[in-house]
Amino acid sequence: MEDSYIVKQISIFSENRPGRLAAVAGALRDAGINIFAFSIAEANGFGVVRALVDRPEDAYRTLTDLGFRVSFTDVIGVKMRDEPGGLSDIASILGDAGINIEYAYAYSGKDAAVLILRVDQVEDAVRQILARGGELLKASLFR
Amino acid sequence: MAPWNPRTEEMPLDELKRLQFKLLKSLVYRLYSFNDFYRRRMKEHQVHPDDIKTLEDVAKLPFMYKSDLRDGYPDKIFTAEQNELVRYHVSSGTTGKPTVVGYTERDIQNWSESLARAFSSCGLGRGDVIQVSYGYGLFTGGLGAHYGAERVGATVLPTSVGNTERQIELMQDLRVTAIACTPSYLLHIGEVAEKMGVSIKNDTDLRMGILGAEPWSEQMRTRIEDWLGIRAYDIYGTSELSGPMFTECTEQKGIHIWGDLALVEIIDPATGEVLGPGEQGELTITMLQKEALPMVRYRIGDLTAVEDGVCPCGRTHPRIGRIRGRVDDMLIIRGINVFPSQVEHALLEIPGVGKHFQIVVDRKGALDSMLVRVEVSEEVFSDKITELMVIKKTVEHRLRSSLNVSVDVELVEPGTLPRFEGKSKKVVDRRSL
Repeated sequence: MEDSYIVKQISIFSENRPGRLAAVAGALRDAGINIFAFSIAEANGFGVVRALVDRPEDAYRTLTDLGFRVSFTDVIGVKMRDEPGGLSDIASILGDAGINIEYAYAYSGKDAAVLILRVDQVEDAVRQILARGGELLKASLFR
Repeated sequence: MAPWNPRTEEMPLDELKRLQFKLLKSLVYRLYSFNDFYRRRMKEHQVHPDDIKTLEDVAKLPFMYKSDLRDGYPDKIFTAEQNELVRYHVSSGTTGKPTVVGYTERDIQNWSESLARAFSSCGLGRGDVIQVSYGYGLFTGGLGAHYGAERVGATVLPTSVGNTERQIELMQDLRVTAIACTPSYLLHIGEVAEKMGVSIKNDTDLRMGILGAEPWSEQMRTRIEDWLGIRAYDIYGTSELSGPMFTECTEQKGIHIWGDLALVEIIDPATGEVLGPGEQGELTITMLQKEALPMVRYRIGDLTAVEDGVCPCGRTHPRIGRIRGRVDDMLIIRGINVFPSQVEHALLEIPGVGKHFQIVVDRKGALDSMLVRVEVSEEVFSDKITELMVIKKTVEHRLRSSLNVSVDVELVEPGTLPRFEGKSKKVVDRRSL
C-alpha cells in the first residue's frame, strides 16, 4: 500500500559550470518530458540536479543516452495547505514520529503546494502522514 | 610457449654474456673506426675501444641521448649509406624536432626476429588472426608488429588506428584471435563495442592483446583481462631501437630483452651510475647488432628495473619490469617527484573510480597545486552530496598517501575526459615557469 505513494525522483550528476542545467533541461524538453519540480544541491565543483518529472523512466533513458550519470531516488510528495502553518503541519508529523528528513524542496502549484521529501524511513513516513490525515501524491502520476 | 629460436633464447647466461661481450667489442671498434660522431664522443670521454676488456666495461662508454639524433637530423650519425637502407621511420617529434631511423635489410630481419621470438613467447603463431591496430606509416608500431606477426605465420589484419566500429565488425567477421594496440585504444574498442551491443568477451574469438606504446599498470591489465576475457601482454620498444621489439611471455613476469640484440643497463637518472637488479632507474640500451643506426648506452628515458633471476619459462635473457613512467614525464610538485603512472596505479585500487583521469598542475602564488579529475562512475554516483563528498575525500586521501603530495580531486561527468587513440596525454601543466 505504501508503495503506491513512493515516487521516483531522477537525480543527475552535474559539473558546476555554465550551461549544464540548460543541457539537462534542453534534453528533457526535446523528449517532451514535463518537469513538475526540481532542485539543485551544490558542493565544491559539482552538484546534483533532482527533478520530479511526468515520465521518469523515459527521462532516465534520454539523459543516460546523452552521457549523463543518472539515478533514481525514492521520495514522497506531500500536499500542503498553501497558507501559514502548511509546512509546519507536515514537519511536525515527521518530527513526532522520529523520521529524519535528508532533504526537501517544494513547489506551489495550481491546486496545492507540494513538499517533496527524501526521508530515512520512507514507508514509515507514508503511514504516519496518512494516519494523521495528510495527503500524498500518488506514484501513478509519474509514469 | 615453445621458443622460436631455442638455441639463442635458452642459451646459458655465461655463454650469453660472452656473446654480448664479443658483439659489444666489435661494435665499438666499428664505430670508432667508421663513425665520426662516435669517435669524437669517445675521445671526449677519453675512452678507447681497447679499454673495453669485460662486458662491465660498457659503463666506460659515453651515453647517447635523443638530442644526439635530433642534432644529427636527418641521417648525420647513420653508419650505412643510403643505398644500403631499405626503410626509414620517423618519430613524431612531439617533444622536439622529429628523428629519423634508417634500416638495412639485416636491421629489418633482426627486428622481425626479435618480435617473432616475442610473439611466440606469448603464444601467437600459425592459425592466429592478429589485428594490428597500431598506426601504420612513419610510426614504427604498425609495420613492426606486422612483420613480426607474419614471421611467426599468423594472419595479419592491418587495421591501423581509427574507424573503431569497422575494426569491431572485422574482428567478428574474420574471427580475430589477437590484437596489437595501445591499452587505451583497446579500452576504447571495448567501450565502443558495448555501445554497439557487442561483448568482446562473448561475441568475438579475441584471446590475447599485445599492448604497449604507453605506460600501463598491473591493475589495468587485470581490468582488461577480466572485462574483455583475454590475456594481455606488455610489449616494449622505441623507434631508436627499431620499434616495438620485446614482450612478456605467457608467464607475464617481465619483458624479455633478447641479450644478443640489446644490452640492458639501468642507470640512476641523476648520477648516471649503473644500478643493480631490482633497482628502479632509467632504462639504457646498447643495440649490439644494428647496422644503420647503432645506439650505444642510449638513455631512453623510461623508468623500470631489471628483474632478478631466470624466468620460469626457461628463457635466460634478462627481463625488465613494467615501465613506471618517463624521466621527462616526471612532474615535480612542491619538490616531490610524481609520475602520472603512480596516479593511475592509485586510482585503479579504488573500487568504482573510472579508468579515465586527467592531471592538472597549476601554480597558485608560489605553491604548486595538483588537481586530479576523475569521472563519476555508475557504482559511485549517489543522489546524496555527502556521499559524493566522501568519495572525493577518499580519492584525495589515497592519492595523498601514495604520492606524498596533497591533491585536489574533481568529480566530472562521465565521458568528459579526453580519450586518445594514440599515446595518452594525461597531464595538463599550466605552470608558467
